[in-house]
Amino acid sequence: MSKKEEVSKKFLDALEFRGIKRRDFLKYCGATAALLGLSELYGPKIAAALEKASKRTPVVWLNFASDSGCTESFIKATYPSPAEVILDILSVDYNETIMAAAGKQAEEILANSAKAGGYVLIVEGGIPTKKGHGMIGNKEMLDVLKEMAAPAIAVIAIGSCATDGGVPSAKPNPSQIIGTGEALKRVGLTKPLINMDLCPVNPQYLVGVVVNFLLLGKIPDLDSQGRPLMFYGQTIHDNCERRAHFDAGRFVTKFGSREEALGYCLYKMGCKGPMTYSACPKVQYNDRTSWCIKAGGPCIGCAERGWTDKFAGFYEPLPGVKIPGLGGVEAGADKIGAVAAVATAAGIAIHAVATAGSGRTEEKKGGKQ
Amino acid sequence: MARITIDPMTRIEGHLRIDVEIEGGKVKDAWTTGTLFRGFELILQGRDPRDAWHITQRICGVCPTSHGHASSMSMDDAFKVRPPDNGRIIRNIIEGAQFVHSHILWFYHLNALDYVDVVSALKAQPKEASLKKVQAKLKSFVESGQLGPFANAYWGHPAYKLPPDVNLLAVAHYLEALEMQAKAAQVSALFGGRMPMTMTSPPGGVTHVPSVDDLKNYLFRVKELQNWIDGVFLADVMAIAPFYLGAAGIGKGHGNFLSWGVFEDASYDPKKRLLPRGALFASDFPKLHDAKAEDVTEDTTHGWYKGGKPLNPAVGETEPEYTGYDTSKKYTWAKAPRLQGKPMEVGALSRMLVAYVAGQPTAKKLIDDTLAAIGHAGQPQVLLGIIGRIAGRALECKMVADSMYQWGIDLIENIKKGNAAVYTEYTIPDKAQGIGLWEAPRGALGHWIDVSGKKIKNYQCVVPTTWNVCPRDGNNVRGPIEEALVGTAVVNAEKPLEILRVVHSFDPCLACTVHVIHPESNRIMDFKVA
Repeated sequence: MSKKEEVSKKFLDALEFRGIKRRDFLKYCGATAALLGLSELYGPKIAAALEKASKRTPVVWLNFASDSGCTESFIKATYPSPAEVILDILSVDYNETIMAAAGKQAEEILANSAKAGGYVLIVEGGIPTKKGHGMIGNKEMLDVLKEMAAPAIAVIAIGSCATDGGVPSAKPNPSQIIGTGEALKRVGLTKPLINMDLCPVNPQYLVGVVVNFLLLGKIPDLDSQGRPLMFYGQTIHDNCERRAHFDAGRFVTKFGSREEALGYCLYKMGCKGPMTYSACPKVQYNDRTSWCIKAGGPCIGCAERGWTDKFAGFYEPLPGVKIPGLGGVEAGADKIGAVAAVATAAGIAIHAVATAGSGRTEEKKGGKQ
Repeated sequence: MARITIDPMTRIEGHLRIDVEIEGGKVKDAWTTGTLFRGFELILQGRDPRDAWHITQRICGVCPTSHGHASSMSMDDAFKVRPPDNGRIIRNIIEGAQFVHSHILWFYHLNALDYVDVVSALKAQPKEASLKKVQAKLKSFVESGQLGPFANAYWGHPAYKLPPDVNLLAVAHYLEALEMQAKAAQVSALFGGRMPMTMTSPPGGVTHVPSVDDLKNYLFRVKELQNWIDGVFLADVMAIAPFYLGAAGIGKGHGNFLSWGVFEDASYDPKKRLLPRGALFASDFPKLHDAKAEDVTEDTTHGWYKGGKPLNPAVGETEPEYTGYDTSKKYTWAKAPRLQGKPMEVGALSRMLVAYVAGQPTAKKLIDDTLAAIGHAGQPQVLLGIIGRIAGRALECKMVADSMYQWGIDLIENIKKGNAAVYTEYTIPDKAQGIGLWEAPRGALGHWIDVSGKKIKNYQCVVPTTWNVCPRDGNNVRGPIEEALVGTAVVNAEKPLEILRVVHSFDPCLACTVHVIHPESNRIMDFKVA
């Protein structure tokens, strides 16, 4: 047996020991490759990369001004399961929601992690900057972030709150909550940062990024807002299962109607899919049980920066969307009013910058409008 | 006298600090502190009211659906619209799946590690192959030296009473339960689009007409959950209970219970909900009292807000003002809600006790059977405390899952009769006020909305953990968790496992707790009370 085969056998025995069958493992690698937008041929390469890993990568997961919705979402991951991620793939050394230790013993773990360094820092929730509005262990959350981000090898901000403050930072932002990128800037730290907008984060996106990071040893390609292109490269509208009805000019105008049951487009019910970059229609939620639009719920645009204010009036149709089948009439602008229209225009400008930076300018121009 | 601070309190949702004073090996006094302020009510002002049910789901990622439903119900009330029968049933289904998910997650992943010694499971001598496999997995995990979430805990503490074999079984089910809570959430997603943050219950009903495929899928999934709850969850509770019956008197607290009621009945009478509305007071327990929104007041004497006079949520106004941690003055972001001036415990035990006293047949049978099994037939008062809270959640989980199956059948019967309506249209009045009183898995939840010029003028939530985790009021009467901690024996102040048990028994959710209403000036709102 060659040295390589020996290592491989040892690794697979270890997997077996952990209760993972080789077949399942390869299936997992294949699923991961698919998730990463790679060819299935990458499966064996991913397996090889995992085999090299001798120590599980340590993760410190901090909750700031969050509602733990992203923790909740993460533990709904199905392939790999949260148990596999927590016990077999990563070493989740600090996460207040699941860890057995509390109080003093929890603080010790955090201090030890900071001392050892070399972990991936997952940030859930935004960072309040108003004094006393967010404290952990009697420290301001901004100070906790500074302490824990400095020794980290990379930072992953999961969910809208972590990327830009999210819902609790909507006007008038009572606790002056900021996102992780902004907070790192304020404390003078430069770290590789991955932003995973969505409210809550799709667990499969998080797993995809973590696996990408561990297996390929690099951060996935990001857009100008720091979002992985593999999940934020196209609009929901691009891949929507109701898209054909949009193109044919067939719309739902009442919830729970015959048109809804027939799967007509939800644009007139306020759907923000045309302006929202996320792979929701492909990846879906809860083991692909469903997703918002499939269940007749118009997209509220929760994958976009500042969505709570930008898309306020969630049930009002987006302005500036040309409707096929009606001779390209612009709809909705009259209903939404000047302030929202300005916000939307700003949103489009941001996307233009984002797409220009990532070479998606052409794609953005085509089809969507 | 020793003072212990537990901060962060873990295996809960959110940011909680616990301080206790210990004298003679027992807790003499206790203080609970919510350490995060977000101010959702401020954010809601001036917005389209229909956005509120989405925004308020972000108050809590563990029970978003309950907030969404309470919000939509406050608008159903304000806009004078009633969902069709199918809308009512589907909301119950989405809510029910969230309850089942939440109770499984709480029992196994948040609470169990206070009773189950993971390291002791290594000493078990299992015969069954599946348990051997779990033990081997655990062994390799421990030997890796990377203990992850199980590091630095109180393993080996004398308060752990289970033999190694039972510990191992519980560890195996801890892993299995991770899958089951995800499966329960899939049922919410089936009709709600995704979970957390469901998308389909706006005012007026639900958005989606269920397909035959949805319905078939639903019944199959619920059956699987029912079987698991009966065969594993309840079986585990019964297997563990005998070792901890000695803890039955611990963590009793004030003995006042409130339930707004949950799972709407076709009559829309809150006293006929599957878990009905009502209140119980220690002074005349177990006499059933009406629970009324107008009897609620909130006191900010010890919260970081200006002023401190107790006010009804409909007229309450408060302004945040952080003044530092000082238990003699102000020490938390939580306000102190009171019903008829009394601190109230909320949660599954409150709901099950109210249902029991109200004579709800399923709750009555489940509790009577349980009381008989532990040799206390006809004595519901023995359920007060940490063990009763565990039993309450487990029994409620079964009751809700069993009801969910029936709701699926009811829905199919309606559709078979040609009644497919799920949504009622409405127009938003220029001025309107409404109240949604409901229950999250963690307890009584109320949303108050005031609409003016078709926009939200004011919004207020009084949420479960605020009831439980609140500070003292102006009369220096402790909050329910504070009171429940007093008298708890603590063997080792360095490893206060017994404190964790009492706090976890309330399933605190701090994101929910901290709320404020802040009209731009000291404006008094004028809510009608339904």
